Amino acid sequence: MTSDPDNLNQRIDRAGGRVRAAVLETFRLQPLLIPFYALVLAVLIGGVLIALVGVNPFEAYWALLRGMFGNGDRLAGSIARSVPFIGSALALAFAFRAGLFNIGAEGQLLVGGVLAAWVGTWAWIADVPGFFAVVLMVLAGLMGGAFWGGIPGVLRAKTGAHEVISTIMLNSIALFFIRWMVNSRNPVVLRDVASTVPRTEPVADNALLPKIVDSSPPVHFGLFLLIGASVLAAFILNRTIFGFEVATVGANADAATYAGMNVNRVIIVVMAVSGSFAGLSGASEVAGTAGFFQPGFFLAMGFDGIAIALLARVNPYAIIPAALLWGSMLNGASLMQQEADVSVDVVRIIQALVLLFVAADAIVRYVFRVKVVEDTYGSVLRGSSGA
Amino acid sequence: MSRGSRRSAALFGGVGVLLLAGLLPNLSGERKTISFDRPPDEPNFGFDPAVVVGIVGALFVVVAVLTALLPRSASLVRWLRLAAGVSVIPLLLAVSLDLSPSSSTNVVNLLNESLVLSTPLVLGAMTGLWSERSGIINIGIEGMMLSAAGVGFTAYAVLGGAQGTGWLVLSILIAVIMGALAALLLAVLAIRFSVNQIVAGVAINLFALGLTGFLRSQVIVGRGVSIGTPTADFGLPILSSIPVVGDQLFRGKPIYFLTYAVVVATWFVMYRTPWGLRVRAAGENPHAAETLGVDVIRIRYQSVILGGLIAGLAGAWFSMETQARFEDNMTNAAGFIALAALIFGKWTPWGAAAGAVLFGFARALGSRLQILNVSIGDFEIPSEFFQSLPFIVTIVVVAGALGRAVPPAAEGRPFHPSK
Repeated sequence: MTSDPDNLNQRIDRAGGRVRAAVLETFRLQPLLIPFYALVLAVLIGGVLIALVGVNPFEAYWALLRGMFGNGDRLAGSIARSVPFIGSALALAFAFRAGLFNIGAEGQLLVGGVLAAWVGTWAWIADVPGFFAVVLMVLAGLMGGAFWGGIPGVLRAKTGAHEVISTIMLNSIALFFIRWMVNSRNPVVLRDVASTVPRTEPVADNALLPKIVDSSPPVHFGLFLLIGASVLAAFILNRTIFGFEVATVGANADAATYAGMNVNRVIIVVMAVSGSFAGLSGASEVAGTAGFFQPGFFLAMGFDGIAIALLARVNPYAIIPAALLWGSMLNGASLMQQEADVSVDVVRIIQALVLLFVAADAIVRYVFRVKVVEDTYGSVLRGSSGA
Repeated sequence: MSRGSRRSAALFGGVGVLLLAGLLPNLSGERKTISFDRPPDEPNFGFDPAVVVGIVGALFVVVAVLTALLPRSASLVRWLRLAAGVSVIPLLLAVSLDLSPSSSTNVVNLLNESLVLSTPLVLGAMTGLWSERSGIINIGIEGMMLSAAGVGFTAYAVLGGAQGTGWLVLSILIAVIMGALAALLLAVLAIRFSVNQIVAGVAINLFALGLTGFLRSQVIVGRGVSIGTPTADFGLPILSSIPVVGDQLFRGKPIYFLTYAVVVATWFVMYRTPWGLRVRAAGENPHAAETLGVDVIRIRYQSVILGGLIAGLAGAWFSMETQARFEDNMTNAAGFIALAALIFGKWTPWGAAAGAVLFGFARALGSRLQILNVSIGDFEIPSEFFQSLPFIVTIVVVAGALGRAVPPAAEGRPFHPSK
């Protein structure tokens, strides 16, 4: 028989464990644990880094938090900044289900955005009812993204070219090509000759997405469009026959072929749809936030989408809060730089660490003693590379 | 005649006819010069671009006809196809000279430039080779190079203010070690935690971007050191005195010369030593290797870290050899192009090196064409097109324009030792 203090400690431990398990069960928080702990660990390490460069980490993080949610304007700005990340994260998440790595969201959203900007400046757009004009621009964005995403899909299906490389190459090609189109004065392709900075002409007023909150950047209708997109993505993946085909191809392409599915068709369609999500982001930024297309706006939007998708364990619904967190951190980083003189790159490091810890969740599980729970999408993150 | 050779004959024939009928009549007819050294008194070779186009066009047509008539495997056909492929290079030069207002261009330094520019690509391909032959997909080459470049230059700036040969050498060593550390991270994620290897690679790339951005803005800019002294040129003792080519080919910077050594060493170790054999076994059939007593886990760690050391060297090239500075995302997709070169080279050292040199050539050609101010009619081809040339070439190559490539059999699958 153990002595009394030990016995008491053990009983408290066990009771505490049971309470914890009960809370987790009731609120179905288990899948959230890993990302949450990953965030905690990343923030801790980030704090150490900040301290290493001689700044008080508490001060820095307080400035960051205030920059994220401090007042109404800041909160709205955070929401606004998060919106485009939803699209680029969906791009990766959707393709991931088929075992495809769409790293090309960057290029796809550029193509979608520039196409939307071009459509918005068509001469007859100003005379069309606002609703149609907006729909046309959004459609242009979707199609641009689908085109740019479809190319690596076709290459993968027809030639076996790995989409990681082809999408990355297409990112750069898109960037160069679009940069030329926007910069070129002789001949003038898309450049707004009246402006000093290289950008396209502003789109017609009636083609702009309605603004909800006039913050900086503004919250506009694109928010609903992109939330709708994630709902749509989840619906397609979980409730349609096509979604089933996608999941089968992702799990075992040979089994899919044996079951009579056209794997090549699935790959091409998945990549195109995935690209169109990114294109939607691009169009939303052009039609809502800026009113024109300027290449510099979109830097890193695609790559961050990858991290967000992985943080959300490629669950389309989870992408929304993950994108919100991400966008808020970036929004708050500027205040952190202003007040605590810490570079915005610290936020980037924290983000990268979060990604690392989510990907290597065994580290987090070991540190925080979390049990393994398989969620619907988590298994894709482990093991072999799918299709 | 098989469908493949029919397609091939059509392709060659089409290009040949296009060259002869479409391009030839539209050339300017001016005589152009290819020079082999810097002026003055450079040995040169004057020619009429029309002649080059005519010869290459005829060659393509001949290949098309022979492909249609002879069996595919006939060695004459294969050699001629190779010759046709290679002849694209002088063709490109001739056509661009014709389309440009300049009358001559130096080809030896074009060659030199291609080789120098291909340095990180060759090194990156070797990195990928070591990792992938042991069975670990390495998407993180880019991140390894970038973090090495960033950390190395940071060390250089902090320790010596980006001056001083001693500090430079030390910083290069630090860069090499940083590459190995990044590779260690990949290895741990992929081997110990069985993380999806592509995800792990992407994570490393993102982490490298964040880390180096942070180092640049907090430390390098903070120190006010933006540019410093890079490694110096030197000439190989006897070889650099060879006329014409000596100065161009045998004069260069240390990491560039080391690269050749790395390729040869890689070939030798991988194919002529027992350890190299074990590495290859671990990548092809780890379970079989395990039954023979190979410690697959250990081999994979060693191999990936070795690759990381090489990537570190590549990173040092970026921030301490071409120039001594560090910019955000300095590597600019070089790691991915290197991966494409590896695939192009069918996961062999010489093949991968050749592929990397090809991509380096695309880059050098791009900037050369830019200098030549090539324009079609009144339309001046924009610089962005030339900048995107290496990426376009990469896609064309990866899309199997040159045949499908088969990776090491056990690649990508986590290995679980049987107990």
